[in-house]
Amino acid sequence: MSDFAVDVAGVSMVFNQGRPNQVGAIDDVSLAVRAGEFISLIGPSGCGKSTMLRLIANLIEPTSGTITVNGKAAAQARLDGDYGMAFQQAGLFEWRSVARNVELPLELKSWDRARRRERALEMLRLVKLDEFADHHPWELSGGMQQRVAIARALSFSPGLLLMDEPFGALDEMTREHMQTELTRICAETDCSVVFVTHSIPEAVYLSQRVVVMSPRPGRVAAIVDVDLGDRSDDTREASEFFKKVTEVREALRGFDRDDRINALDDR
Amino acid sequence: MTRGKLLALLPPILFGISFLLAWETFVVVRDIKPYLLPKPSAIWGQFHGNFELIRKATQVTGTNAFIGLLLGVALGSITAFVASRFKALSELIAPTAIAVSAMPIIVLVAIFNDLFSITSEIPRRLMVTVVVFFLVFINVSKGLSQADATQLELMRSYGAGEAEIIRKVRVPHALEFFFVALRQAAPLAVVTAFVSEYFGGLQNGLGSRISQSIANSKDAAGWAYVSGACLLGLSFFVLSIVLERGAMPWKARRSSR
Repeated sequence: MSDFAVDVAGVSMVFNQGRPNQVGAIDDVSLAVRAGEFISLIGPSGCGKSTMLRLIANLIEPTSGTITVNGKAAAQARLDGDYGMAFQQAGLFEWRSVARNVELPLELKSWDRARRRERALEMLRLVKLDEFADHHPWELSGGMQQRVAIARALSFSPGLLLMDEPFGALDEMTREHMQTELTRICAETDCSVVFVTHSIPEAVYLSQRVVVMSPRPGRVAAIVDVDLGDRSDDTREASEFFKKVTEVREALRGFDRDDRINALDDR
Repeated sequence: MTRGKLLALLPPILFGISFLLAWETFVVVRDIKPYLLPKPSAIWGQFHGNFELIRKATQVTGTNAFIGLLLGVALGSITAFVASRFKALSELIAPTAIAVSAMPIIVLVAIFNDLFSITSEIPRRLMVTVVVFFLVFINVSKGLSQADATQLELMRSYGAGEAEIIRKVRVPHALEFFFVALRQAAPLAVVTAFVSEYFGGLQNGLGSRISQSIANSKDAAGWAYVSGACLLGLSFFVLSIVLERGAMPWKARRSSR
């Protein structure tokens, strides 16, 4: 049971239930993430992938179904600090230095000052930003800020990373660099990751499994297994990589076509 | 101060000096009568000669402005803080505050004057408090409610409680808005204390002195009091900037880049 980092069972999420603007965001999704596994959630806007991530993080409660994180109820896992989170916006606190940003979760967990500082520097070394420890966030580029956010998410050794399009606002070069860095960091820290993205190559490059979601309401349309071995820049040019990209793209097209047919039927 | 900063000061200083020179020349050459426009040198003479009187009047207006500012800032911040915790309260106060800020509430001082004895400093201080209160309340409320959505979600993901979210996210965020308000409120406090004197009550401040001097055709003296008022307003503004730099060093470093 607790071999699973995340276990989502029969989860549905309806916003504004019973009101005229009721929206079914997630419909009966079941999904398990093995310990140490990297999975991506991919799909068009409105397919509920970010909602799914927030449900796992217990930032919102599902309408029905159960979510287990590290073998505990999601709410308990959140309070226990079982996962770290990163968003599209780095969300750094501009009044804190880079190191003190990384220390923030540790402050909330009442670590003493010396230990906090030591761990923050260790994490900054991991993301190769230790020489910027005493800088302020605005002195860093977007990619560097995002690396600080990742260091912060990992600072309390959570074992599970929940990431919501963390590289979405970065340029293509920085983005590929960050992907390589993330796979290295995950290998070094043994982290499980649930990664939301709308970039197909990104999902394939990073993941062991790509979960393709369909919109309105959000469902799991397909799960594509990816086995590309250790990732490197050569991986991006391997024919197996392109085969998987095509496979994910076709899975995404499948329901897109169904959607269009449905739309025609509706007329 | 670095050499670069000193150099940056040069243009405004040169401009100020040439402006005064042009003024002086203009008055002399065109033979402008002193009751229309006195010479800067005459104003300076009056400023120098009446220094003790000007200092006293400035002290009266300055103290009124300062006490009112202090009370207004304290009450405005506390009320904003309490209102942010109780939605009903903020829904009650916020529209009122916005409406009040659109009114010329300074006329209230006439009513305050009736409420207190004729020798009381309270009406003018109260007036400053009221004006500053609404300005600070509106801005700090905004700062407390508009924290960054990503930062709030992060805090919740750490299992942080509401008290920690206020301390680590909302208050630092509101600090910036607080100082935006203070930068406006500090000079406004002086203006309010100054203008309040025109509505009766004690005649010992800068505002009263200016109208007395002008009424008695001591125009250069009037202008000397005006200079006192300018210096007072400026010093309040500078004080607010110094406080802001001290309280938010990260901001000062950023803007100096």
